[in-house]
Amino acid sequence: MAKKKQVGYLSAKEARRISKENRKITNEFEKKRKRKNVPESEYLTTMHDPKNAVEFDDLHTYFYTDAGTVKAVDGVSFNVPIGKTVGVVGESGCGKSVTSLSLMQLLQRPQGQVASGEIRLNLGDKAYDVTKAPNSAMQKIRGNVVSMIFQEPMTALNPVFRIGEQIEEVLELHNVDHMTEHQMKERTIELLEMVGIANSEGVYKMFPHELSGGMRQRVVIAMALACNPRVIIADEPTTALDVTIQAQILDLLRNLKDKINSSIMFITHDLGVIAEMADFVVVMYAGRIIERGTAQEIFHHPAHPYTIGLMASKPVVGKDVEKLYSIPGKVPNPINMPNYCYFKDRCEMCVKGCEGAYPKEIKLSETHSVSCYRYYGQKED
Amino acid sequence: MRKYIIKRLLLAVIIFFFVMLIIYTVLRCLPSSYVETIAREKSQQPGSKSYQEWLDQLNAMYGLDKGIIPGYIGWLGEFFTGHFGDSWKYTVPVIDKFNEVVWLSFEMGVITMILELIIAIPLGIIAATKQYSKTDYTISILALAFISLPTFFFIALLKLVFCIKIQIPDPATGSMMGLFPLTGLFSRTYNQMTPVQQFFDRAWHLVLPITTLVIISIGGLMRYTRTNMLEVLNADYIRTARAKGLSEKKVIYHHAFRNTLIPLVTIVGGSLPGLFSGALFTETMFSLPGIGYISYNAMISGDIPFSMFYLAFLAILTLLGNLIADILYAVVDPRVRLA
Repeated sequence: MAKKKQVGYLSAKEARRISKENRKITNEFEKKRKRKNVPESEYLTTMHDPKNAVEFDDLHTYFYTDAGTVKAVDGVSFNVPIGKTVGVVGESGCGKSVTSLSLMQLLQRPQGQVASGEIRLNLGDKAYDVTKAPNSAMQKIRGNVVSMIFQEPMTALNPVFRIGEQIEEVLELHNVDHMTEHQMKERTIELLEMVGIANSEGVYKMFPHELSGGMRQRVVIAMALACNPRVIIADEPTTALDVTIQAQILDLLRNLKDKINSSIMFITHDLGVIAEMADFVVVMYAGRIIERGTAQEIFHHPAHPYTIGLMASKPVVGKDVEKLYSIPGKVPNPINMPNYCYFKDRCEMCVKGCEGAYPKEIKLSETHSVSCYRYYGQKED
Repeated sequence: MRKYIIKRLLLAVIIFFFVMLIIYTVLRCLPSSYVETIAREKSQQPGSKSYQEWLDQLNAMYGLDKGIIPGYIGWLGEFFTGHFGDSWKYTVPVIDKFNEVVWLSFEMGVITMILELIIAIPLGIIAATKQYSKTDYTISILALAFISLPTFFFIALLKLVFCIKIQIPDPATGSMMGLFPLTGLFSRTYNQMTPVQQFFDRAWHLVLPITTLVIISIGGLMRYTRTNMLEVLNADYIRTARAKGLSEKKVIYHHAFRNTLIPLVTIVGGSLPGLFSGALFTETMFSLPGIGYISYNAMISGDIPFSMFYLAFLAILTLLGNLIADILYAVVDPRVRLA
């Protein structure tokens, strides 16, 4: 009887080989990272377009796990223009959060590493490639130039420190305006008021467990906005909240964006939120961008079958349907991805070309592009 | 808060009553009865009364003719009025003998605990922050080895190395002697020494016992710190702290450490009775007159007053230690409110 190779089963020998190789690779990355006194010229770069706040350029972020290399982000390129909101949509595990964590350089190390690609961050007078920036440089950027609103308000705050203390910490760390302690307290209270906390003086002295989820999310937002960052990454800021609070938080973010003219990278899987917030939309699937365009284009003319499926699976008010549409099948195993369209097995609109290699990106308009064989014919037009 | 403490103290009294009842019952049922031993000795003297007559007389004298419950009530009454009785084996008041030996054990316990905390907690933190590195593996393997080593075996090893193999010339006589003494608490010439010399002589004798106690105890605490630290380091609020731009040092020693303290407090609070309970193996093998050694001897010879006093003392400390741990818990963790 021939031995059948079980899918997803690793022999002890194989697992050992993989983890040994992983250690070799990650050690190299870590060694590079831990160097001291890295000259600034090494990570200094120029923006391709000075109107952009962030440019992701062919970003590859891999996780070297014991089961094999997971290509969580595999060749993602998109821009976040200054003063605009870019929505990143996709289902769970498609690499949305990993993309944003790559920008913050907060990946779970040593397994998670940016394998190649650039992330150019506009600092006004200069630009950094954050994938090459050492920790010391990143510490000055985090919370100051780029800040992140995390998705779990219940656990994102340290339970043993008071709210005021936790917000003031950011101000103190990046004390750009040379504030005194008293001014910092005033600023903290001002921030708390800005995010719509009524009893700001009281909340200043409270511990996280004394606040509700919505209040905590506001505190997390206040913390992220403390230093007027150029880029705000909002990683599903409203997922854990109920709908009324959701609307309030979205309003808040929109107003704040206009007030301090920063760019927002808005990560969510809620299309309604995207429609309301985003200027541009990036649709991700299994670590790659499959479609991008302005919010108008994506919502009115979705091109990729996955995006079309997403739109169809969204409930519409006033429309009577027997059963809400859902995309059949599931996301492929992230280890050993095949070299063909990842969505092929779930796609209901396959054409002949789909058997071929992974489709290239095809421009449908100045801003709208899609990776799908269905549009190959239109290229010549 | 005050109401909570009063409630806990009242509960402690009830627990104490039953704990001591169980201990008293067990002690009365021990096969090695002090009275029986004495009666056998007396009856064998020439021209003496019979064993049974001696036994009845001694039982009446020591109050053992009563049942367990009346005997216990009697002991309890005496205990709460401050009469702890005389030790049968040591033939001095219990409190005097206790006072004589407990402080050596306490001294060793306190030094051990301080060293243990100073060594084990930083090691645990280092191992956790460098998880799966060579440092982590080294620390973890050593800790595991220390937990697993039997005390008596480890002491024998230490003695072989430091008392026999490594020899230094005696500063007084010039002849060769071990780096540390084999047993005892004082040198033979202790009485002729100046106070400063006496202090160092005593310290010299305590080096190996305390080393033993520290090494066998750091393993557990270190593993505990490491596990807790790892859990905390994976928490979302640590990522938040990093996202603020805090340095790694600040993240670990400010944000993570405060959260690691919470479970550690319980352990340290719970080790309060351990400071007074002595260390039987270590004290025996180094011939140190500590409470562990003395109380063990009292127990095997059936010395009920001394054993009862010693165990009552430990029971009270355990109950107090738990209460203190709970109060400290509320101090380090704002989410805990005592009510």
